Amino acid sequence: MAVRFSSPRPKLLGIAPIPDLLDKRLVFVTGKGGVGKTTVAVAMGLRAAAEGKRTIVCEVASQENASRIFDHTQVGFHEVEMEENLWSISIDPDESMREYVLLQLKVRAMRDLLFRSRIFNYLAAATPGLKELVTIGKIWELAQLDRKVKSGRKYDLVIVDAPATGHGIGFLQTPRTFAAIARVGPIHSQARQLDRLITDHEHTGTAIVSLPEEMPVNESAALEHDLRTEIGVAVDRVYMNGLYPERFSSEEAERLAALAAEDDGATRAAARAALSEHGRARSQRAQLARLRRRVETPVKALPFLFEPELDVEAARQLAKRLH
Amino acid sequence: MPTVDGILAGKRICICAGSGGVGKTTTSAAIAMGMAARGLKVCVLTIDPAKRLADSLGLEQLGNEAKQVDPELFGRHGIEMDGELWAMMLDAKATFDELVARQAPDEESRDRVLDNRIYQQISNALAGSQEYMAMEKLFELHTEGRFDLLVLDTPPTRNALDFLDAPKRLTQFIEGRSLGVFMRPTGLAAKVAGRGASVALSVMKRIVGFDLIADLAEFFNAFSGMVDGFQERAKRVNGLLADRKTTFLVVCGPQGEPIDEAVYFHRKLVEAKLPFGGVIVNKVHYPAERLRGDGEDLPAALAEHLGDEELAQRVAENFADYQALAERDARNIDRLAGELRTKGVIRVPYLDEDVHDLAGLGEINRYLFASSAERKAIAAGRA
Repeated sequence: MAVRFSSPRPKLLGIAPIPDLLDKRLVFVTGKGGVGKTTVAVAMGLRAAAEGKRTIVCEVASQENASRIFDHTQVGFHEVEMEENLWSISIDPDESMREYVLLQLKVRAMRDLLFRSRIFNYLAAATPGLKELVTIGKIWELAQLDRKVKSGRKYDLVIVDAPATGHGIGFLQTPRTFAAIARVGPIHSQARQLDRLITDHEHTGTAIVSLPEEMPVNESAALEHDLRTEIGVAVDRVYMNGLYPERFSSEEAERLAALAAEDDGATRAAARAALSEHGRARSQRAQLARLRRRVETPVKALPFLFEPELDVEAARQLAKRLH
Repeated sequence: MPTVDGILAGKRICICAGSGGVGKTTTSAAIAMGMAARGLKVCVLTIDPAKRLADSLGLEQLGNEAKQVDPELFGRHGIEMDGELWAMMLDAKATFDELVARQAPDEESRDRVLDNRIYQQISNALAGSQEYMAMEKLFELHTEGRFDLLVLDTPPTRNALDFLDAPKRLTQFIEGRSLGVFMRPTGLAAKVAGRGASVALSVMKRIVGFDLIADLAEFFNAFSGMVDGFQERAKRVNGLLADRKTTFLVVCGPQGEPIDEAVYFHRKLVEAKLPFGGVIVNKVHYPAERLRGDGEDLPAALAEHLGDEELAQRVAENFADYQALAERDARNIDRLAGELRTKGVIRVPYLDEDVHDLAGLGEINRYLFASSAERKAIAAGRA
């Protein structure tokens, strides 16, 4: 099962392509919890789809966060078309395991025997890291031009909304850990193959999503380092998400401070909100500068969206701002 | 309206639970500091691999042993400290090793597990092991009785349920000895289990390779003498979680998704008959006080004060954006309070400065430990 790739040829629909990132075949979107990974992954998917690439956004660990963005329909373990050129799937490890066994064993009686077997079900549930391994196996399968699954679509780009860090490095490290545990045999060689896919800098990339705050910046810098040195993946982007606009200059802030000191309901409240915004925007820019100093990867800023809920239209706004 | 010290009165264990990225680590540290300031000897346990807590407390090398935060540090930040604040960062691998050492019937069994190649690979990465080891350490510290209060910052699982299931899953995992018995090729059990099992096994060997199966069998066998000990311990850990001196605080953010997760987690706590103490919503945009003269033309009023129409316009737009976020937060918190059938939602505002030091924790505690009257004053002041 050799990994075969071809370079996709995007049809440009009036948007400049993002060559080094979205021209890859597989992109992992990672970062700590609550930084907006899902929204960025969906935005990336919308952007790639608009560029004419057949794209699928994968969720892992049955979170169904992306499907929430698309009108709250549950996707499940199916490749569901969300928009033109854009599909979504929620990768369930049990289903992936089942599919893997089906692909390995052609004789029906043997499969039935295995699925009914207590030992198999026990082993499948208890073996550490096996869920992550078969999940990455499914991601690999989706990224094939020669799909193993019958009538599987060919995708130009597979985007993975990866688990939150802490678990994120562990997730991408699973194939290597497994290759070491299994030493020889089919699992060993398949785990090696998955590891080669993950560390293939030409076709596979990662984007780290961060927030302009002290702790997320520290963690993103540590994550970038670990991904590069411990796993050896290509880190192509760090997205600084949720950056407030700089609406007011320092000179304007001084004038507003005078107004905020006066006792008048509405104007005072508005002035205070403006000062609050000014302070936030400034400290966020300090964090952005700090992140840029601490990572080797290009850092790109994404704006805070003043939207009550992050729906598909919000992701579309973000898609236009990706770079 | 509840306050954190009210909820924690008479409690020995406080577990802060919630999804990732909602400020759980900061909240845990703030609660521990606030309770220590009120005279208790408190230890906060974190499992976070990014050493966030160590950053917050000026403890660079926080490890698997509790360390006291330098008392002088509080004075420097103008915080009155009547008790003691201790902190530790959980090392899941070290805790797992200690647990194996404690449960092993003899040194040989212990070494057989600790030297096992698979054990070494997975003792840090085993699904649920971090969660379980957090509770294991909690149990150990509680049994030692060195502290008045333990505050646990739960692991950043995306699915809060993982945390509650961890003891059960670990016990199931350790019970793999039955698998080891099956896999001994000439064992009596293999004969008893019958042909079906051995055929299934040979099919599995074909898929995964014999080495891995044999290694796993050896791994599970190595644990065989410790199963009862592990099960007993897991039972006692579960007992501690359900104890009336334990309380769970659900921590979340004001956006739709974290609120949904908080509701879900609360339901799971109730189903598991675990003691729910309260809910803390972080980073809330406080609404402005009711504006005088509704329908008043704000841009015009601002322009009059500032003498600059263009700036007035931008200030008004910014204000409208903030008000929209504040309204969203208020709606979501109302929904949360309704679902949880509680009026006692503790709100911590979205502060103008990031919280990553003692002064920041002190600022958060103004809200966590505020009385009803104080909170009203704060809300008015923040408008």
